[in-house]
Amino acid sequence: MARIDVRKTYKLYIGGAFPRSESGHSYEVTDSLGKFVANAALASRKDVRDAVVAARKAFGGWSARTAYNRGQVLYRIAEVMEDRRPQFEEAVKQSEGGTAAAARAQVDAAVDRLVWYAGWADKLAQVVGNANPVAGPFFNHSAPEPTGLVGVLAPQSSSLLGLVSVVAPVVVTGNTAVVVSSYDRPLPAVTFAEVLATSDVPGGVINILTGDAAALGPWLAAHMDVNAIDLAGVAGSTELATSLEVAAADNLKRVRRAPAAEPDWSADPGIGAMTAFVETKTVWHPIGI
Amino acid sequence: MAFEYAPAPESRSIVDIKASYGLFIDGDFVDGHGSSFKTINPATEETLAEIAEASDADVDLAVKAARRAFRGWSRMSGKERAKYLFRIARIIQERGRELAVLESIDNGKPIKESRDVDVPIVAAHFFYYAGWADKLEHAGLGANPQPLGVAGQVIPWNFPLLMLAWKIAPALACGNTVVLKPAETTPLTALLFAEICQQADLPPGVVNIVTGAGSTGQALVGHSDVDKVAFTGSTGVGKAIARAIAGTDKKATLELGGKAANIVFDDAPIDQAIEGIVGGIFFNQGHVCCAGSRLLVQESVADEVLSRLKRRMGTLRVGDPLDKNTDIGAINSREQLDRIRELAGIGEEEGAERWAPECDLPSSGFWFPPTIFTGVTQAHRIAREEVFGPVLSVLTFRTPAEAVEKANNTPYGLSAGVWTEKGSLILHMANELRAGVVWANTFNKFDPASPFGGYKESGYGREGGRQGLAAYLKAEEA
Repeated sequence: MARIDVRKTYKLYIGGAFPRSESGHSYEVTDSLGKFVANAALASRKDVRDAVVAARKAFGGWSARTAYNRGQVLYRIAEVMEDRRPQFEEAVKQSEGGTAAAARAQVDAAVDRLVWYAGWADKLAQVVGNANPVAGPFFNHSAPEPTGLVGVLAPQSSSLLGLVSVVAPVVVTGNTAVVVSSYDRPLPAVTFAEVLATSDVPGGVINILTGDAAALGPWLAAHMDVNAIDLAGVAGSTELATSLEVAAADNLKRVRRAPAAEPDWSADPGIGAMTAFVETKTVWHPIGI
Repeated sequence: MAFEYAPAPESRSIVDIKASYGLFIDGDFVDGHGSSFKTINPATEETLAEIAEASDADVDLAVKAARRAFRGWSRMSGKERAKYLFRIARIIQERGRELAVLESIDNGKPIKESRDVDVPIVAAHFFYYAGWADKLEHAGLGANPQPLGVAGQVIPWNFPLLMLAWKIAPALACGNTVVLKPAETTPLTALLFAEICQQADLPPGVVNIVTGAGSTGQALVGHSDVDKVAFTGSTGVGKAIARAIAGTDKKATLELGGKAANIVFDDAPIDQAIEGIVGGIFFNQGHVCCAGSRLLVQESVADEVLSRLKRRMGTLRVGDPLDKNTDIGAINSREQLDRIRELAGIGEEEGAERWAPECDLPSSGFWFPPTIFTGVTQAHRIAREEVFGPVLSVLTFRTPAEAVEKANNTPYGLSAGVWTEKGSLILHMANELRAGVVWANTFNKFDPASPFGGYKESGYGREGGRQGLAAYLKAEEA
């Protein structure tokens, strides 16, 4: 007799814990052929608020860590992911369809991207910071600092590489993140949350909500304790993206705009995803005896 | 102790103010299609000139002229663009006295500030960015960075010519063309700058100046052929601009309001700190977005700092902006004076204690004495809202952590000041303060090489330095 599966209902990842949605709702996740795979928690407005509270609480500690330490923590995520490659490959293949080789390539690229961003932790300030030769007897120095709490609408198509490509650049500089996963393809994000929980990322630094970006985006965009938002997850939805930008203006969030179509995440990312969520701070001090 | 000073007025004969001014579009002064408004001297309320108010159609003509000019200007080699900017910088120096006097007449700021601060930094800004024009491949955006196109720029009345320089110099260096709207109460130096562009033989359409009020600014920011918006002004208008450009490809730099904490620790060099507090809030009548409008003083030295501050305030001279001895000039407009009076009144109603030195204010014009409020709590409106006038709120603290907490307890994040002799404490505070500029043992210093701009609701983007250049460039598309 065939064994009966233990069917799974996955949960959210908020403040380092795995709560169910406050709403009690979940939704069925199917594979690329429409076959039932699992249930995912359907995050609500209240879950967004809880995640923002957790991310705000984590910001002070995370942003105060040394850049070297943040790099170590990101590298550790890559290590743990590497260990779970088969699980990620399965999740990507189930979510996106395609060949096993394509899924493997995406997992490879996602792990490599984390390693790449981990290395940026203690270099970005040297690349975008300056000593400024002002016309007077002053020490004057500019360096990037994290913007704060960043809302991230993760890409809808690229369920793992896309996710890593928008989350890693946010947190490597010291920001904390509230991430809304792909709606139809949330399972790689769920597995990623499990990796985060078993690596060295402090609770609250990355919070992952499975659910609908169109429903959750407006709450995130309008939240007055969110400092910035990445609209990658609503690529191509011009009207929605515009309304989110309008809502974001209420507290002048920094907005990384939605592209017209989801980009090719395997391309060289450049440093733009990091510099979109840092602030330049300039410090002056007189020079004298 | 009061010193009597004989009047020492700077002559205004060096400036020639015309009875009326048109718009500067495509290299020429032209009549606008809208109505007109008057600009007045805020120290005397005399009308200085009649100014054309650009209509939507005028803004469209200006943007079209800028678009036509963009092709040639952006393709000109950086080396040649640089020479135009160097020319402009030189002319600004040569006509520096004229610009300073005109600025003080139209704005109300003391001549010693327009002469020694505004105009020299304006020239320095053009020199600085002139040198960048042929070095853009080193700006950090790859081998062949591209200009954005037409920049629509809207500037405030507190540093009319300086804000123009902050906007126009980097834009032009990168190969953009501009349409700039000066503030309605201070259009005259921008119009003189238009003459300077003619004098420098700058190609027509590279710089266009459209005068007007809010609706002109709205038309400019909202124009579909503007690629980049640069705005300095209130946070309210900044938010409206962010909404207006939502869903477009327009890039934006927003330099908005502030409510800076100026933090004095018990081991601070007190004499220097007093000068820094005075300069932090009374410089330019307090019409400064990065003004140190909240003094946070450590409890153990609060009495000493306050008594010395009051003594120093008693020596400030308020009056004729053209008098070389004047420390505090005229409030820029009746509207702004009303706003300052209203907030100061609310400060008293909410229970803070108001103090100002005795000073004789002129009978005509707009004036407000240097004023401090003590006994201010974080809930008071004068501790939360930008007064944009010579009004200082004084709060106290006991520990560095409390100072950080209070300093950061604001939606703004433009600037902050720290006064202490302890180096490690300076760097700790500089790390903790959520502000774009931190002045340690100094305040209100500006330089073209130094990036300036805010965190949070003080806006986004930076002006000055390499960062200010990058705001007008994009990486070459693959």
